[in-house]
Amino acid sequence: MTEFLQQLINGLSLGSIYALIALGYTMVYGVLKFINFAHGDVYMVGAFAGMYLAPWVWKVIPQGSDPSRFSWHTAGGALAILLLSMTLCAMLGVVIERLVYRPLRERPRLTVLITAIGVSIFLEYFGQYLFGADPQLFPEILPDRVIDGLGDLTLSVNQVIVFVVTLLLLAALCFIVLKTKIGTAMRALSYNPVAASLMGINNDVVIAFTFGLGSALAAAAAILNAINYPAYSIDPFMGILPGIKAFVAAVLGGIGNLPGAVVGGLILGVLETLVVGYVSPMYRDAIAFAVLIAILLFKPNGLLGRAEKEKV
Amino acid sequence: MNRPKTWFLLFVALIAVCARYQDAINPYYFDILITIGINIILGVGLNLVTGYTGQFSLGHAGFMAVGAYLSASVTVFLAPHWLPALGGGAAGETVLFVFALTAGGFGAAVAGLAVGVPSLRLKGDYLAIVTLGFAEIIRVLLQNMEVVGGSRGLSIPVRSTGLFGTYLAAGITVYVVVLLVHSTYGRGFLTVRDDEIAAEAMGINTTKYKVIAFVVAAFFAGIAGGLYAHFKQFITPEGFGYLKSVDIVVIVILGGMGNTPGVILAAILLTILPEGLRALSGWEVLPGGLRGIIKNRMILYSLLLIVLMLTRPQGLFSTGGKLTQWWRATKRRGRA
Repeated sequence: MTEFLQQLINGLSLGSIYALIALGYTMVYGVLKFINFAHGDVYMVGAFAGMYLAPWVWKVIPQGSDPSRFSWHTAGGALAILLLSMTLCAMLGVVIERLVYRPLRERPRLTVLITAIGVSIFLEYFGQYLFGADPQLFPEILPDRVIDGLGDLTLSVNQVIVFVVTLLLLAALCFIVLKTKIGTAMRALSYNPVAASLMGINNDVVIAFTFGLGSALAAAAAILNAINYPAYSIDPFMGILPGIKAFVAAVLGGIGNLPGAVVGGLILGVLETLVVGYVSPMYRDAIAFAVLIAILLFKPNGLLGRAEKEKV
Repeated sequence: MNRPKTWFLLFVALIAVCARYQDAINPYYFDILITIGINIILGVGLNLVTGYTGQFSLGHAGFMAVGAYLSASVTVFLAPHWLPALGGGAAGETVLFVFALTAGGFGAAVAGLAVGVPSLRLKGDYLAIVTLGFAEIIRVLLQNMEVVGGSRGLSIPVRSTGLFGTYLAAGITVYVVVLLVHSTYGRGFLTVRDDEIAAEAMGINTTKYKVIAFVVAAFFAGIAGGLYAHFKQFITPEGFGYLKSVDIVVIVILGGMGNTPGVILAAILLTILPEGLRALSGWEVLPGGLRGIIKNRMILYSLLLIVLMLTRPQGLFSTGGKLTQWWRATKRRGRA
């Protein structure tokens, strides 16, 4: 039982990362009805941004004599790295949208899809050119400690922190989408873009904002993942697999549906951890594809998605 | 005698003559020539799916892997037992090589059928991801198959692929695809691409046509894989990953979807281009940063892909029907 609980905890913390990336896919799908293949690579850029920003941040916020001890300085530094990396990736997302996707908005879907793959490959190989192909160790930005007194369960402080931060981000996203003007515009756009623009919504601004928001969440996922796993190594191709898995999570929950992305991410994370723990680690990456194929064959609209009729 | 057949026979005669001088070719150029032939097979095959039928597949390298491994297994495991029965010698080896390639092709076709039937019900982005997923599954399975060496790879003792074999296969691929596209099936492919809903409303079994295109393309990818395996004499599952699939997709898109001559040109160009770039990147005059970018062909490919989609989505070698239109208009004017 303890082992199962342990797997569940690990699965949920993995799943919350998938959920954050999946939200980006699902939001972009909501407003543009296309899958941003380059999203996983934005996640990669977020990780590298964090790694390169860390020394600069630590110059501004000194880490004290013992950086391996938790203090307000280390927490502040980690928060600054998180926010800066999110800002950078949001900017990257907006730039990609402006330069590449906006001119293609009225084109056939295949054209947009191929372009998205092009952007994805470009980010990977340009990353390889800039950062080098070898995996690099992400610096420890928040010292980790296991919480005592839980018996056989291992739960670290950072796992709890990552969980709390994810919940805060989700709450912020909920607030933006449900309560603010631009969030209302996003929902209007995903419901009917033509009617939305007739109501005076500037579609371009809303779409750019959506890209920025999704990319910021991907960057947050990268930094939180680094906080979660000690000795986390990053390379220019690290975004492909989490990107695909997060996409599966988005489809599992019903693409275009925000709570669905979170539910899908958590389910996929738990499922993957259980497969690794109880079946074989060999199938770790195959399970996502198996889930995807099953869900597309039996319930293509996802768990929380609504069936949509195709109009001619 | 109809026109495609004449051209095909002329081509076969030409390569038969050229292949006599195979040994005189510098090994470096020989390598490039064979790679061009294999890329033509892959590109023209995938063009049937992506170009003519409008289905985007990101898993073509998976079928290539099936063909490569199956044909290599025939050569490695069966040939030593069967060769004496065939009387040995060059003739026996050729028969076995053809058998290995065919087995690879049909194995890939069966894999194509198994992948295509469930996944071709999906469209666009979903299909791309699912085909990618299947190709990854094929790769993981091969990696864990100890019989064929797992992730250590498999060596093939003989180098059977030559100029004649490769270009004969390429010629057959082009011939079959051209005939197929101009047949009733070809009309079916085009309707599926142009308007799937309308095609369904007309009573066309769209899934059937998609699966046919997919299986034929997988068959040729399998042949290409077999040729590749018997040329490089060493294959690993990693060699048939996602990026190999992207390579083939780039060939099809650069050539122009649904434009077989364009795809052939693109296959030639994209095989020569990295070699030229490699030479260029050794040029001391250029600044180091630029040379680094030139050396990494994938940066250029991806930029090419993006710029092409933004400016010429019909491909580099398509005139978009403008040339024919102009010609017809000229003729009409002449008549009037």
